[in-house]
Amino acid sequence: MRKFFGVAAAVLMASAVSVSVMADDKLKVGFIYIGPPGDHGWTYQHDQGRIALAESLGDKVETVYVENVPESQDAERTITRLARQGAGLIFTTSFGYMEPTIKVAEKFPEVKFEHATGYMQADNVSTYSARFYEGRYVIGQIAAKMSKTGTAGYIGSFPIPEVVRGINSFLLGAQSVNPDFKLKVVWVNSWFDPGKEADAAKVLISQGADVITQHTDSTGPVQVAEEQGVYAFGQASDMSAFAPKALLTSIVNNWGDYYIERTQAVLDGTWESGDTFGGMSANMVNMADFVNMPADVAAMAEETTAAITSGDLHPFTGPIYKQDGSLAVGAGEVLDIGTMLGMNWYVKGVDDQL
Amino acid sequence: MIDYEAIMLTIITASTPLLLAAIGELVVERSGVLNLGLEGMMVMGAVAGFAMAQVTGSAWLGVLMAMFAGVAMSLLFAFLTQTLVTNQVATGLSITLLGLGLSGLIGSGFVGMPGVKLESVSIPVLSDLPYVGTLVFGQDPLVYISIILVIGVSYMLKRTRMGLIIRAVGQNHNSAHALGYSVIKVRYACIAFGGMTSGLAGAYLSLVYTPQWIENMTAGRGWIALALVVFSTWLPGRLAAGAYLFGGVWILGLYAQGMGVPIPSQLLSSLPYVATIIALILISTNRRLSVINTPASLGQGFVPDR
Repeated sequence: MRKFFGVAAAVLMASAVSVSVMADDKLKVGFIYIGPPGDHGWTYQHDQGRIALAESLGDKVETVYVENVPESQDAERTITRLARQGAGLIFTTSFGYMEPTIKVAEKFPEVKFEHATGYMQADNVSTYSARFYEGRYVIGQIAAKMSKTGTAGYIGSFPIPEVVRGINSFLLGAQSVNPDFKLKVVWVNSWFDPGKEADAAKVLISQGADVITQHTDSTGPVQVAEEQGVYAFGQASDMSAFAPKALLTSIVNNWGDYYIERTQAVLDGTWESGDTFGGMSANMVNMADFVNMPADVAAMAEETTAAITSGDLHPFTGPIYKQDGSLAVGAGEVLDIGTMLGMNWYVKGVDDQL
Repeated sequence: MIDYEAIMLTIITASTPLLLAAIGELVVERSGVLNLGLEGMMVMGAVAGFAMAQVTGSAWLGVLMAMFAGVAMSLLFAFLTQTLVTNQVATGLSITLLGLGLSGLIGSGFVGMPGVKLESVSIPVLSDLPYVGTLVFGQDPLVYISIILVIGVSYMLKRTRMGLIIRAVGQNHNSAHALGYSVIKVRYACIAFGGMTSGLAGAYLSLVYTPQWIENMTAGRGWIALALVVFSTWLPGRLAAGAYLFGGVWILGLYAQGMGVPIPSQLLSSLPYVATIIALILISTNRRLSVINTPASLGQGFVPDR
């Protein structure tokens, strides 16, 4: 579910395999991508992780990737092909690869699999994901400080728990600065459609939002913000080149460390199945530079980032009220991980219905 | 507070690439050729236009390059389907695949670069008029070009000898051939025109809509343009109405969400497609509408008897 392609486009999606020269003594590490590495978003960051891995472990590994793999039968076929070609470790980097990964893993017990953002594990299948919501709490605080209208606009992809969690975390951060802060949400029902995301940004700005944030993958919205003189935040990778005046910071996904660690574990023979949900402390979620804001706002953002990294601050600490006013988390308590992973309700103050 | 001008401006930006791509395809289909390669030609236009503008710093040179790239792709399609008489559906699909792949390759060096934007025209005094100023006199040049193209194509098809020949070729290529018209040449020209407007549509995406290059940035717009041609029953006026209707429903859906209208976003997102399906049903149940303008030779290859 990481990315949505039009039905027609999905039928047509070509799968390009880049296979480098085989060498027997090297560990072959395969990657399955939902989009092209050139999306400058989700897949781009996974590919940066792959490149970091190749650079770090040098001639001990050989990396291979397949891009534009639809979340369908094609996924199973492609993963199987990689396993047959001798890959010892395969990273499948989108939610929709979950069942194909599990199926292929049953057939290749000696191959290790790592599935991103899913919840199904097996003896040779680990899962990993990142706590992007930690970054969203920080940008929520910045938004509340920088906004004049007291309203931010949020461009959502699909109303799934991962995205809803981000929206809630953003607003909780904002409300920690300004309790009356408002949030407008527009869903574009796509992970990637630069034009439509830009349209959503224009709509939100014309409805009074003067800070734009997004949980979609393209740089369309930040460009609109730059043009119309409002603030914006980058998503997945550092997008400052597209909005040098408007961009306050970006939440950057960093998969490189994890890929290196897990590959090293396979090389050492210490790899074990598990679930990783890393955030700032694991260096999986980074904040880009805090720019275009007064020094005190940047200092606050730095402080919050440090507090989340050290574990002193958890964005989902009570009291948290749901949209209907009922208490979701009592004062001083921290939301349990199960509720967080399955989050399907808004916190108070979101101007939208799920 | 509702800002009507902002809504209208957003609708026009959303509709123009669809209109540009569709108006060319309308002429192509009128000549009896079905080119499903729209998406591929569009994305090639987007990357070529972006690259040229980036290298030279001139958005206009980018627009020219985009048109050139669209024409180049369409001539490949024309060579395969007209000269070699391959299956048009399969060839069109492979042009789309080729375009998506090739554009990614060409564009790989341009990812992550902010682009050059094609500036809007602003006619002094007139564009400062309340309500209609920016809307009528302050658009980007490609919007005006798209409207001129619609009027021009409409006039050409209805009132000129050239239009008559194109329609004849599309209705019955054997008769047109018997009358002495070169079916293949006419179709080559129409396909090239279609490639040019698809390239323009691509340029609109990478130089106006969101001035940047990202792989697959057309995001299925070529397919929507194809549907719009059927929706229009091959009439340019209806095509323009359809494109703006589609863009309008699309943008108003986003507006309704921002206003907090309690309708599920998935439903709002699907509204433009629902509207298209309803229109297609209405058209196909009305024999007069569905048959009268459909080019009878649509999608059939032509091999002249020697």
